[in-house]
Amino acid sequence: MGFAFILCCASLGQYFCDNLEFIPFMATSRGLFGSSLARKYWMALTGLFLCSFLVVHLLGNLPLLTGNQETFNAYAHFMTTFPLIKAVSYLLYGSILLHTFDGLMLARQNMAARPAGYVKYHGAANANWSSRNMALLGTFTLLFLIIHMKSFWYEMHWGNVPMYTDADGAVYKDLYTITVAAFEQIWYSLFYVLAMISLGFHLWHGFASAFQTMGWSHPRYTPIIRAFGYGFSVLVPATFASIPLYILLT
Amino acid sequence: MSTLNAHIPEGPIAEKWTKHKAKIPLVSPANKRQIDVIVVGTGLAGSSAAASLAELGYNVKAFCFQDSPRRAHSIAAQGGINAAKNYQNDGDSTFRLFYDTIKGGDYRSREANVHRLAEVSANIIDQCVAQGVPFARDYGGQLDNRSFGGVQVSRTFYAKGQTGQQLLLGAYSALSRQIAKGRVKMYARHEMVDLVLVDGKARGIIARDLVSGELERHSAHAVLLCTGGYGNVFYLSTNAMGSNVTAAWKAHRKGAFMANPCFTQIHPTCIPVSGHFQSKLTLMSESLRNDGRIWVPKKKEDAEAIRAGKLQPVQLAEEDRDYYLERRYPAFGNLVPRDVASRAAKERCDAGHGVNKTGEAVYLDFASAIERYGKEAAHVQGLHQPSPEKIRELGEAIVESKYGNLFQMYEKITAQNPYKTPMMIYPAVHYTMGGIWVDYNLMTTVPGLFALGEANFSDHGANRLGASALMQGLADGYFVAPYTVGTYLADDIRTGKISTELPEFEEAEKAARERMEKFLTNPGTTPVEVFHRELGKIMWDQCGMARNEAGLKQAIADIRALRERFYKEVKVPGKMHEMNPELDKAGRVADFLELGELMCLDALSREESCGGHFREEFQSEEGEAVRRDDEFAYVAAWEFSDQDPGKAKLHKEALVFENVKLITRSYK
Amino acid sequence: MKFTLNVWRQNGPQDKGRMETYQVDQVSDDMSFLEMIDVLNEQLIGQGIDPVVFDHDCREGICGMCSMFINGEAHGPGRGVTTCQLHMREFSDGDTITIEPFRAKAFPVIKDLMVDRSAFDRIIQAGGYVSVNTSGNLPDANATPIEKPDADAAFDAATCIGCGACVATCKNASAMLFTSAKVSQFALLPQGQVEAADRVLNMVKQMDLEGFGNCTNTGACEVECPKGISIENIARMNREYLSASLTSK
Repeated sequence: MGFAFILCCASLGQYFCDNLEFIPFMATSRGLFGSSLARKYWMALTGLFLCSFLVVHLLGNLPLLTGNQETFNAYAHFMTTFPLIKAVSYLLYGSILLHTFDGLMLARQNMAARPAGYVKYHGAANANWSSRNMALLGTFTLLFLIIHMKSFWYEMHWGNVPMYTDADGAVYKDLYTITVAAFEQIWYSLFYVLAMISLGFHLWHGFASAFQTMGWSHPRYTPIIRAFGYGFSVLVPATFASIPLYILLT
Repeated sequence: MSTLNAHIPEGPIAEKWTKHKAKIPLVSPANKRQIDVIVVGTGLAGSSAAASLAELGYNVKAFCFQDSPRRAHSIAAQGGINAAKNYQNDGDSTFRLFYDTIKGGDYRSREANVHRLAEVSANIIDQCVAQGVPFARDYGGQLDNRSFGGVQVSRTFYAKGQTGQQLLLGAYSALSRQIAKGRVKMYARHEMVDLVLVDGKARGIIARDLVSGELERHSAHAVLLCTGGYGNVFYLSTNAMGSNVTAAWKAHRKGAFMANPCFTQIHPTCIPVSGHFQSKLTLMSESLRNDGRIWVPKKKEDAEAIRAGKLQPVQLAEEDRDYYLERRYPAFGNLVPRDVASRAAKERCDAGHGVNKTGEAVYLDFASAIERYGKEAAHVQGLHQPSPEKIRELGEAIVESKYGNLFQMYEKITAQNPYKTPMMIYPAVHYTMGGIWVDYNLMTTVPGLFALGEANFSDHGANRLGASALMQGLADGYFVAPYTVGTYLADDIRTGKISTELPEFEEAEKAARERMEKFLTNPGTTPVEVFHRELGKIMWDQCGMARNEAGLKQAIADIRALRERFYKEVKVPGKMHEMNPELDKAGRVADFLELGELMCLDALSREESCGGHFREEFQSEEGEAVRRDDEFAYVAAWEFSDQDPGKAKLHKEALVFENVKLITRSYK
Repeated sequence: MKFTLNVWRQNGPQDKGRMETYQVDQVSDDMSFLEMIDVLNEQLIGQGIDPVVFDHDCREGICGMCSMFINGEAHGPGRGVTTCQLHMREFSDGDTITIEPFRAKAFPVIKDLMVDRSAFDRIIQAGGYVSVNTSGNLPDANATPIEKPDADAAFDAATCIGCGACVATCKNASAMLFTSAKVSQFALLPQGQVEAADRVLNMVKQMDLEGFGNCTNTGACEVECPKGISIENIARMNREYLSASLTSK
């Protein structure tokens, strides 16, 4: 399975590298690949997909708050072995890569679009902070993601994880113990909380922005989407952050 | 006088244009591709002409001094565009639009041209709607109309207060389409600095690339001047800063006659001058006079107290106010035509009743409209005995819905709240009815040189009606010139490309270069702006709203003296081959300094009062204009001669009125 | 009033450019910002210094020519105004004011505060029109009724003056507001339907070719737009582009 994933990454990377020659820097073609709008569509779609993943991930994490070792381990096992979930997980990895790659390309293009900057630029006068710092917030979130995946996803797949036997005698990898152990380290938990704040700001702008990018805009529904997005960007990261804090404090 | 043949087709007025079009010689598509046309200016007339000629197949080169054709000053027109569509079923017709325009022009325009304008007006609306111009619509989805000064029907199509912008963007999009096709080569940031004549025909222009400063030669089989009006000769006007007479004046110097140059429209409702460094004036739409009442303090000492800031206008009792338009013209009141309203304001201010710091402003007061609307609204809402505050609140809301954007604009500029204190207004130069003389085909006295839109003189006589300028620009560009230019070009199919190596081009370029070098090497110390400001003051004082013989003679002497000083004392910094706006300005002001003299000469020779031209010697006992049809029912067309604008020769084109009767306008 | 002005001076496209500091006094609070620059220029000519070059024309907020970045904002601190409509009373006596040109790769500086915005013209040339020739035989203007809300929304989009404040203010120098305003105008009207798909595809392609940045929906353009054009137009263009991409042959 790990081999399959590496293959997948490699082929995705190959795709982008091949296309770099045609869409090297400035988007120049029409349609759903290569144009500036197309990049944004992929950003929006992958972003929204990642939002849905956040919800699933959060629901799976909730047993950590109740200290339910068995449910959590069963969930982790299910997530790593159930074929449909495995298929979706490749979509997820692809989305993360695409979101990151497109984001970096967009940021590069945007910087190139103003080679000589202003001496004085009053950004706060007309746009909120998170909307102006999406690349920064995204990069920090990516950094977190790499560390996070090393700590748990990598360990779960290839690490030395102690085994856990549930009441029915089934044997799982004991991700619960690993997680609790990680969150008992103060620096790790603080980093986690910080990352969730950063994610919150990223979503604060990103959620509604994705709808605007897709053109899903309507005078009646857009305010609802925006309000939902604000709620989402506070609640989801806050709940995530509450887990390490809970473990740390109990 | 054999030079002045207007080439008006024979036959009844309603059939002239149709018959003329039917007889026009055509140019085959293959031959059109061999013919070049230059269009100078990209306002309504220029953009529409360039696009239409390119669609027909000619090779068009279009020039504008702005950075894009979309910026031409047609964009600033607010009110609307007239068309005899009769959508409102209120009795409008082609003839009525024709009649209103002739009468509004105080019988100093050419019948045949005006009738053609009225005929094609309906096509303009169809054309613009097809282009996607978003005119105002009613709830049924049909086009909406409003009425405008001086007429009794609703025939004005509009797009809020930005009609000019929407129409220009429509023409600009048509032009852009032809640029994309390669049918039009666009030269933005280029200024025409001379006209080139070969064998007496207009065959090209010398243009300056305003970015590199290089002089360029461009040849063509015909040249169209769509360069707008010359109101900036007054320095302060509602024209754009760059609007100038240079292209027209260079054509005049090369043989194109200037017609009725003294006919200037002074718009009564502009924001007054606030100080010495003011660079331009802003118009407030004429529609405000529907609800605003114009007044000044009855007593001079009150006016003085207001000027000194010791008294507020709202403190002045009703009986101490002089609603002078209602007093002088009870029948029309505040809705008299533009020229009458402007003169009356000047008369009161000259008598010492002006109300701002400079003493040159009158009040436009909405208090009674607010009260009237407020009471109406209260009645509709079923409020019995509403408080004065409630009435005010309701009334202000209604006034805001009607004029909100104008009130906001006023507040931005003056920092005064026009809901609470009366607006201050004063007349300002707005439009020039005069311009290059053209015949029925819009060709000037120079073969192959055409003039369209405000640049020509033909349709508005001595006074233009509101919402007619846009109509004329687009009529000329879309529906007249594409036919009539073809008539002239039909003889040119075998001419072949005009070489820019001809000695005539060489000479014109050399002369233009020498003019510029002279400015740059002049040992003076005074910026161009100072001379322009001085010229403006002379023109405004002596050749503005009221003129008299002594003043005009004085003005001519003053302008000649100023011109001499200008060439001695002007300082133009920078170099020739670079972006140099001061050099551009110097060339434009030099031409204004010559035009100004011709305007005074024209005003002096026209010994009558008509439309925007008011000679103090020719007024009735009540101070009304006295027109003298027996002697002055002609177009004064001036021919440049002896290298001196003051020695221009007068040619007269008699105006024959076969379809309307000449009567005296009265608004009493 | 007196001001200290930090003004960007650049002799030409090749020059590196630098900020210069000037003092102006005798400024009246009734002056527009451009009139204040006029005062500066008369002063500079007197001192034998080349005047500051800047674009301007109508001076009543409609031609779209004036284009200054004042104290870090396009057209300065006012809302719903162009530079020519900004008045000195918005500043306090003694203020230091920083004045720069609109900056974007697609808007190269010509001289001082003057930039080349012909990229906008090329975007319009790529499809910002209805392909209809001049003709005296078009259908009557009232032949196709247009719902008032659509006509009004088309008008609101069409009020763009092409000044470039959206590009100047956008942290990505994106021209989405400008492009989408024209796309929206025609998308809302029946006249624009025939060419709708090609129009949006071609205009966006041209916009990309000019080197503008991408829209990240910060909304800064809508705040600084002197005509208050809404980013709703950007959403509409996104929608139009998506459907055009999915359905174009």
